[in-house]
Amino acid sequence: MSHTTVAGPPRVPVAPATTPSRAGRFWGDTGLVLVRELRPLVRDPFSMLFGLVQPLFFLALFGPLLVSSLGGTDALGGDVWLWFVPSILVMSTLFGTTGTGSNLQMELVSGSHERLLVTPMSRSAMLVGRALKEVVPVVVQALVVVLVMLPFGLRPDPLGVVLTLGQLAVLGVGIGGFSYALALAVRKQEWMFWVVQQTVIFPLMLLSGMLLPLDGGPAWMRTVSYADPLRYVVDAARELFAGDLASPAVLWGWVAALLTAAAGLAVGVRTMERARA
Amino acid sequence: MIRTRGLTKDFVVSRHETVHAVRGIDLDVEAGELVAVLGPNGAGKTTTMRMLTTLLAPTSGTAHVAGHDVTTAPHRVRAAIGYVGQGNGAASVQQVRDELVLQGRVHGLDRRAAEYRADELLEALDLAPLARRKVDSLSGGQRRRLDVALGLVQAPPLLFLDEPSTGLDPHNRANLWEHVLRLRTRSAESSGPPTTIVLTTHYLDEADTMAERVVVVDHGEVIADDTADALKADLAGDHVALQAAPEHLAVLAQIAERDAGTREVAVDVTADHDGAGDAGPDRLSTGVVSVRSTDGTRAVPGLLRAADAAGVDVLGVQVSRPTLDDVFLALTGRSLRETALDPSSGRTPDLTKEVAR
Repeated sequence: MSHTTVAGPPRVPVAPATTPSRAGRFWGDTGLVLVRELRPLVRDPFSMLFGLVQPLFFLALFGPLLVSSLGGTDALGGDVWLWFVPSILVMSTLFGTTGTGSNLQMELVSGSHERLLVTPMSRSAMLVGRALKEVVPVVVQALVVVLVMLPFGLRPDPLGVVLTLGQLAVLGVGIGGFSYALALAVRKQEWMFWVVQQTVIFPLMLLSGMLLPLDGGPAWMRTVSYADPLRYVVDAARELFAGDLASPAVLWGWVAALLTAAAGLAVGVRTMERARA
Repeated sequence: MIRTRGLTKDFVVSRHETVHAVRGIDLDVEAGELVAVLGPNGAGKTTTMRMLTTLLAPTSGTAHVAGHDVTTAPHRVRAAIGYVGQGNGAASVQQVRDELVLQGRVHGLDRRAAEYRADELLEALDLAPLARRKVDSLSGGQRRRLDVALGLVQAPPLLFLDEPSTGLDPHNRANLWEHVLRLRTRSAESSGPPTTIVLTTHYLDEADTMAERVVVVDHGEVIADDTADALKADLAGDHVALQAAPEHLAVLAQIAERDAGTREVAVDVTADHDGAGDAGPDRLSTGVVSVRSTDGTRAVPGLLRAADAAGVDVLGVQVSRPTLDDVFLALTGRSLRETALDPSSGRTPDLTKEVAR
């Protein structure tokens, strides 16, 4: 049907007094989403500790086995905590941020996401604000692990810890972006979310050399591990904890974290913009 | 305020099956109208509403909402409308007031204005004491009022309500409507026409009592569109049930046929309205002649006089105003109640129900 002019309903003044630019709208909305996502965490900070249960079990029950099964700490560079605590930090980042899409899933089901879709809020901001929020639980959880381990003899380089937290935060934003994209992609079959999440985290974890050194593994495994961004972040964190801040591994860690963040945000934003109810 | 032409929506279910959820809807809604879209589940009400609110892209046709094209200018439509969906708009982990303030900020209010507006709405919807509560601690009725508040934050000229009272008990439904209608008149006092409201519902009485105009949708098409009273008068008419002894029913039916206002007459010989347990041999069994009449109350005196003249003893008379369900029945041959989740409001006397089926 042709429809060139619409002599229809009276025009209603709708635009607010000041219409922000596209970019202004995006950053303003990102801030609004970020603050909204952080509020429940700030009001109930202990909720962030639940995410630490699994990583702490690995620390307490897997750590001791590690030393004995490797016949000492030689393969770990001499100090088991400087080798294994960075692993646990990356692990808690991985567990927490891959699951964060479930928060969006709840809002998809309840209708609160839909309510925001029928507002002028920027779609990209809905994703980016949520992903940026991941920084807080990631950093808080990592700090708690480090503090808990100090009485057990962990002696990391302080500046190295700070830089590690930064790298984990960047990594977490990226993984968060992927997790939200997953939640949107499987919103018609919610149960798929945890199936995919579980399927993805274990290969990522084992191929990163997080739990056991890859040096003794088969050649194909070592080759595949180069495709695992976590591998670089784990390696970088170990160098940073040991105080070798200028190691090339640290640089590779930043590259991996930043690439993950860029890719996660890009995929997340794209999925959010394309997702129609 | 709303203008659609040939609006359709197809859902591809599988390679061999496409569902035509909406099959060409032309709808015009003027500023200030309160329109109920009524129809059974799956009629296309919600799909239509989701297209008008930019949540779904139409398959074909055009829709202009609040002066903007939903396909080419969805942003402007979203800025102009309030929307209360079927779900709960406020996230369960958030606090009540925070969600309202955020909604205002999203619609371009600065912090102070958004907070002022949030407090105003909390007060208006009797939610003020709950401002600091977490949303998941609210009752169903309170959550629904919060949803309405969220839809009204930017004082939109047009408000969409998708099954606003589904799941609420009668008390909470009445309470919700009281608030909605009060806010609507209040907006009329302050600035021009009252808020235009478009709602979908499958509660017949809700459409009947609240809406100034009822659009009946079935199988993705508009099958009727008028005021509830006009729809009832034009399509259904009153029911007059005349009780008489079985041997008198035929004569009574003939008398009813002759009345000018009569459209349809049915005889039900088996109807037995005696009390249970009284099964004596001399028990008086009765039948019913049911008449569909343009104006039942006016027809009754004439019918009784004619019956008296013919020597027919009329044992009882009942006149029932039609419901929107009768309208739907007249339009489609099906009852809305069969598909609706809600057992009806109970305004129709039992006798009429039996006669009508």
